[in-house]
Amino acid sequence: MTALLSVDGVTKQFRGLLAVDKATFDVAEGEIFAVIGPNGAGKTTLFNMIAGVYTPDGGSISFAGERIEGLTPDKICRRGIARTFQIVRPFPALTVEENVIVGALLHRHGVNEARKRAHDLLRRLELYDKRTQAASSLTLPDRKRMELARALATDPKLILLDEVMAGLRPTEIDRIVTTLRELNREIGLTILLIEHVMRAVMALAVRVLVIHHGAAIADGKPDQVVRNTAVIDSYLGADAVG
Amino acid sequence: MITQLIGGVPARALILLGALLIGFLAAPLFVGDYLLTVMILILYFAYTGQAWNIMMGFAGQLSLGHALYVGLGAYTAAALYVHFGLGPWIGLAVAVPLAALTGAVIGFLAFRFGVGGVYFAILTIAFAEFARVGFDHFGWTNASSGLFLPVAQYAHNDLWQLRGHPVMFYYVLLAATALAFVFCRALLKSRVGYFWLAIREDEEAARSAGIDTFHYKMIAVVISAAMTSFAGVIYAFYYNNLFPEQVFNISRSIDIILAPIVGGIGTLFGPILGCFVIEVLAEGLRSLLELFGVDVPGIKQVVFGAILLLVVVAMPDGVWPWLARKLNLTERRL
Repeated sequence: MTALLSVDGVTKQFRGLLAVDKATFDVAEGEIFAVIGPNGAGKTTLFNMIAGVYTPDGGSISFAGERIEGLTPDKICRRGIARTFQIVRPFPALTVEENVIVGALLHRHGVNEARKRAHDLLRRLELYDKRTQAASSLTLPDRKRMELARALATDPKLILLDEVMAGLRPTEIDRIVTTLRELNREIGLTILLIEHVMRAVMALAVRVLVIHHGAAIADGKPDQVVRNTAVIDSYLGADAVG
Repeated sequence: MITQLIGGVPARALILLGALLIGFLAAPLFVGDYLLTVMILILYFAYTGQAWNIMMGFAGQLSLGHALYVGLGAYTAAALYVHFGLGPWIGLAVAVPLAALTGAVIGFLAFRFGVGGVYFAILTIAFAEFARVGFDHFGWTNASSGLFLPVAQYAHNDLWQLRGHPVMFYYVLLAATALAFVFCRALLKSRVGYFWLAIREDEEAARSAGIDTFHYKMIAVVISAAMTSFAGVIYAFYYNNLFPEQVFNISRSIDIILAPIVGGIGTLFGPILGCFVIEVLAEGLRSLLELFGVDVPGIKQVVFGAILLLVVVAMPDGVWPWLARKLNLTERRL
């Protein structure tokens, strides 16, 4: 497998605070890769550098063989990296359908064509019946799925999911996990997720990177990582492994 | 083409539109000279409000300096007429690109350097003020002494030279307002319309969905500025006199934004309905105060302001969204 995303020695500093310290990892095409770690470990900062919100202070990020660090978020999305936000950011006054159409219009010029694509995705994420509701009227789980639909509508090769499971009930988590697995299998979608919900990480991820204080402390298969003593000490706690 | 235009519009809305259009078309037959001038004002503000709404209502960029584009249109057409005898439509052909270019410069300065929200609004005021001061000292347009178009009695209406009876101006503005309505609806239903709404709702999220927000905000400013300059050309040939202190005054910019705010920002009917509400209020108030013989200086402005305040408090989304719900018109993009 070739690396679709390659993060090499990426560093970001905020006024003396080293948020991300020489992060290095590859995500292969078609892989589901999870980044875990305690709050404040630098996960979202790392995501924001890949998504173009921040420019790294050092290191390089390559996607599909081309350097992308420092590009703006819209350019990165057009190259095939979509994202969701830790705190959901719908277009509140627009309907669910319109939210997803906006994403679908990125690579489609006709609104009708984009609407068709949006309907397909809304069916898949079980939001079709709510398509004419204003996004602001949705519950949190629905908003999270709508944001996922909007991101998928941009036809990404890689999707960055920032705590998409947070605040969801176990049944809702299982629903999203199933959908993501299907997408991964059917269209070969590569997924990079930040997640605290270990239930989802264990069910989804092929590989896990653990970061703490901005630096990687472990990297490997999920069942190996959860037995790593450094990981248990800094993040999971002894109870989690039992 | 027609089916495309009215596609998805509920029958009740079409009837309402048709009735409104017929009412507007027939109005000059029934109203006196005074009421006609009020109707002309209503159409003028409906048109400029619609143009302003593209920037604020669609793309979420607050302009408090739209008098700039009115003034540029007015001065360009008037100066070409006075100095070279060029007609208003040729003036328009010069004014539109000039206003568009000015909008593009302001937009570029603001959006390239991340100036948004109230800071963007202040920038638009600043440019309108530059223009006001600049034209006050611009000899070619007669500086602060004012630029006057020759006025004479005309035997017939000359549409090509825009010389004639107010009824002609009324119908020109009516056509422009109707076209602006159709044009804005088409924009709103198009790809660019969706991108504007996304930017208005959450610019950061819009960028993450791949939208080049700089590019689409520029398009909004350029279209809005170009459309507004047409109102300026009509203004010049209707009033026949231009003073920088008046044309570029910030209160003119505020006049433009009142109707869409009262009627409903981001809606298509809002700017039109808002003008009616405002003018009917203003005229009704004037008649009432006359009737009761109240003659306190400034009382009209105070009462007018208080009523507007009540409207905004009672209907924060504007009068049209409220009315649309009452009429059971659920299509949201109207």
